Amino acid sequence: MPAFDSPACGSAAHRLSRRALLGGMAAAAAGGIAARPALSRTVAGSGKRVLQIFLHGGVSQLESWDPKPGTATGGPFRAIPTSVPGIHVSELLPFTARQMHHLGLVRGMAGGSDDHGRGQREMFSGRDQPAPLDVPDLGAVVAKACLADEFPLPGHVLIRGAGGGPGNASYLGPRYAGVIMEDAKPPAFTDRPAGLSAEAERRRAALRARLDARFTGRRRTADTEAYTFSHEQALDLLDRRQVFDVSLEPERDHDRYGRSEFGRHCLMARRLLEHGVPFVQVNHSNYDTHFENFDFHVEQLGEFDRPFATLVEDLATRGLLDDTLVCVMSEFGRTPRINAGYGRDHWGKSWSILLGGAGIQRGAVVGKTNTDGTEVIERPVDHGHVFHTVLRAIGVDSAGSFHVGGRDLPIADPAKGPITELLA
Amino acid sequence: MADPAPIDPAATHETASHKHGRPLVGCAWDPAGAWIAFSAEDATVHRLTAAMGAAADLPGPAHDSWPWALRFSPDGTRLFSGGYDGRLVAWSLGEPAAAAWLVTAHDGWLRGLAVSPDGTTVATCGNDRTVKLWRGADGGALATSPGHESHVYAVAWHPDGQRLVSCDLKGFLKEWDAAGAPVRDLGRAEALWKYDTQFRADIGGARTIAFRADGAQLAVGGITAVTNAFAGIGHPAVCLLDHADGKQALLLEPKDKQQGVCWGVAWHPQGFWVSVAGGGGGGWLRFFRPGEAGEFHALKLPANGRSLALSPDGRQVAVALADGTLRTYGLFAKTA
Repeated sequence: MPAFDSPACGSAAHRLSRRALLGGMAAAAAGGIAARPALSRTVAGSGKRVLQIFLHGGVSQLESWDPKPGTATGGPFRAIPTSVPGIHVSELLPFTARQMHHLGLVRGMAGGSDDHGRGQREMFSGRDQPAPLDVPDLGAVVAKACLADEFPLPGHVLIRGAGGGPGNASYLGPRYAGVIMEDAKPPAFTDRPAGLSAEAERRRAALRARLDARFTGRRRTADTEAYTFSHEQALDLLDRRQVFDVSLEPERDHDRYGRSEFGRHCLMARRLLEHGVPFVQVNHSNYDTHFENFDFHVEQLGEFDRPFATLVEDLATRGLLDDTLVCVMSEFGRTPRINAGYGRDHWGKSWSILLGGAGIQRGAVVGKTNTDGTEVIERPVDHGHVFHTVLRAIGVDSAGSFHVGGRDLPIADPAKGPITELLA
Repeated sequence: MADPAPIDPAATHETASHKHGRPLVGCAWDPAGAWIAFSAEDATVHRLTAAMGAAADLPGPAHDSWPWALRFSPDGTRLFSGGYDGRLVAWSLGEPAAAAWLVTAHDGWLRGLAVSPDGTTVATCGNDRTVKLWRGADGGALATSPGHESHVYAVAWHPDGQRLVSCDLKGFLKEWDAAGAPVRDLGRAEALWKYDTQFRADIGGARTIAFRADGAQLAVGGITAVTNAFAGIGHPAVCLLDHADGKQALLLEPKDKQQGVCWGVAWHPQGFWVSVAGGGGGGWLRFFRPGEAGEFHALKLPANGRSLALSPDGRQVAVALADGTLRTYGLFAKTA
C-alpha cells in the first residue's frame, strides 16, 4: 500500500510551499541551513543523472530478474535469454531482455524489511529503519551532488502515478526536495494568467524580491530562505513550463512508448533527463500481489516492459546512458513459496534489483540465490550497499559527509559500502 | 443388487483421495467414468482410475508450465491439456498412453480449452486475445478468431455444437460459430470485473464457463465485490446469463460471503449447479438451485479448490486442491 501519500491538498503550489516550509524547519531543527557538503566539486554540474523506476508494492523477483522455472517456487512462467549470453530473465520481460547489454543485475538483495513503509524508506534513504535521524532520499542527495548552481529546473522530480514517497530532502533543504508531477502533467499553476503580461509579471517579481530582501535583511531564518527559494523556483518553472509538457514529444514516440500511463511517464522521464534534470523517479504500481500474483504480474509487467525498454534504448541511442544511471527497484521482493491463492507475500530475504548505465558494468550480475530462490548464496547486499553504489557510480564519494549545523552527517550508511563488483 | 442411494447434495461426503504432493491446477473426468485426469504446478499431467486405485503419469515432457486446462474427448480415447506455456497437447489414452500431437497454440498463456460435442474440434483461448480452433485428430489449425480486447480466460461449446462462447478479463462475452467466425457480442459478466482505481489494475476474468444442458443458460464463474484486489478480498460468484440475449439472469454468491474465486462450475443433470471455490475463505463446494442466488448447500473443503469435474453419472464430483490432493465427493448419503 502506498505509505507516503498524504497531501493536505492536491495542488503542486501547496506542495511547493509546504515542502519548502517543512524543509526549512527540518534544516532549522538540524541546527541551521545546510552548508556546502563535502561532495566532490567535480560532480556538481557534471551532467550525471539518475533515473529511478520504483515498482511499488514489491515486484516478484521470480517473475522478473531471477526466474526459477521448473522449481516448486518458480511459478508458471519460463525464463528467456537476454542480449547478454548466459543471463535469463522472466518471459514477462521480452523487450527489457533485448536491452540487458546496457544493464546489470543485483540478485543478492537480502536482509530487507517485509513492511511496505519501512522497506520504501530503506530503499529511498539507504538506511536501516527506524533511523535515529531523518535523512534525505537518494533523489535529494543526487540533486545536491549533481545540480549546477545556475541550473534553472528542479533537481529532483517525481513523476507520479499511484504510490510514491514525498521526495524527502531532510536537512539538505527545500532546493533538493522532490517536485511532484502528478500523472506527468506540468506542475499546476505554472500558466501565467491571461490578463497578466510578461512585463507586469517581471515588475511584480522584482518588487517581491526587493521586499523580501528588506525583510530578510532584518529577520533571516530558515523559513524565509525557504519561501524565497520557492518563489524563485516557481518563476523558473513559469519560464520553462514547456520542459514539462510531454505532449510536445513526437507522436511516433508516444506510439513507441505506448499509450499507457506508464508509457507517458517514461517519455516524460526521457524529456526531463534530456533537459539535464539530475534525478527523475517514475513510479509504477502495483505489485503487492498476495493473491493471483501471476495474473497481476502478466498485467503489470506487460505494462512496464516495453516503455522501460524503449526508454533504455533511447537513452543509449542518444548518448545519454553513459551519464545516466538507471535503477529499477521495489521495497522488497515476494515469497518464493506460492500461497494457496496463487499469490506471493512480502519477502526481503532474497530478491533482486536492476542497475545500469552510468558507472555500472554492462551485462554484469552480482549475487546469486539458491535453486528455489529462498536464500542468497553469493554476495548478499542490501539497501545501504545499493545507496552507496548508485552514488559511487555517478562519481560521488559516498563515504563522505554533509556538514550541517556544525555536525558531520554521513552521506550514506557508514557501516556499508558500494557493490564494487558492479562498478565499471 | 440394491438401488444406488439417490442424489442428495446435502449429504455430500468425501469418497476417495489421491495425494500428488504438488499443488494441483486442473482435473477432468472421462466420459466413460473410468478415469480422472489431473494436472499440477510441476507441469505434469496424470490419470488414475476413478476409484483412485492406480495412478499413472502421462509421459512427458510435453508442458513446461502449468497445464491448467484439461478436457477428454467425448469418446474418452483422448485427453487434451492446455498450458501456460501456450501449448495444446493431445494425449492418446491407449496402453501405454502417449502424446499424440502438440502445438504451440497461443502466444502467452493458453487459459481455456473446450472440446466440441462431436469431438472433432478443440477450441482454445489465451492471453494473445484470440480464440482458436484445432482439428482434434491431428492438431491442424482450423481458425484464429481475434476480437477480444483483453486476455481471453475461458471458452465453452454450446451443447448443440454449432457455436461456442468465450469470455475475457473484463467480462466481455463473444459468440463464435463452429468455424470460428464471429456471431455476436453476448453481453458481459459485469459483476466479475472491475478496474481498481487505487491499484490501477483490471480485476476479473471468467475462470470457468459452463452451459446448462439445454443450452438456454450459461454460467460464468469468477470473483465479485472486490474491495482489495491484491489480497483477494472479494467473494466467489457465478453469473448466470440467458443465452438468448446475454442478459444476467442471476448472480450466484455464497450466503456467508466467504472470500475467494469460483474456479469451476458444472450443471448437474438433476437440475442444479455445482461450483468450487478457493481463496481467503478456504475451499468450498456449493450447490445452487435454479432461481436462487444463495446456495442450498455448501461443503467446506480441506484446502482451496481449483477445478472440478462431475462424473458422467452425476454421482460424484472430483476436485483438484491447492494442497496437492485430488479428492472425489459422493453426492449421496453415506452407506453404512
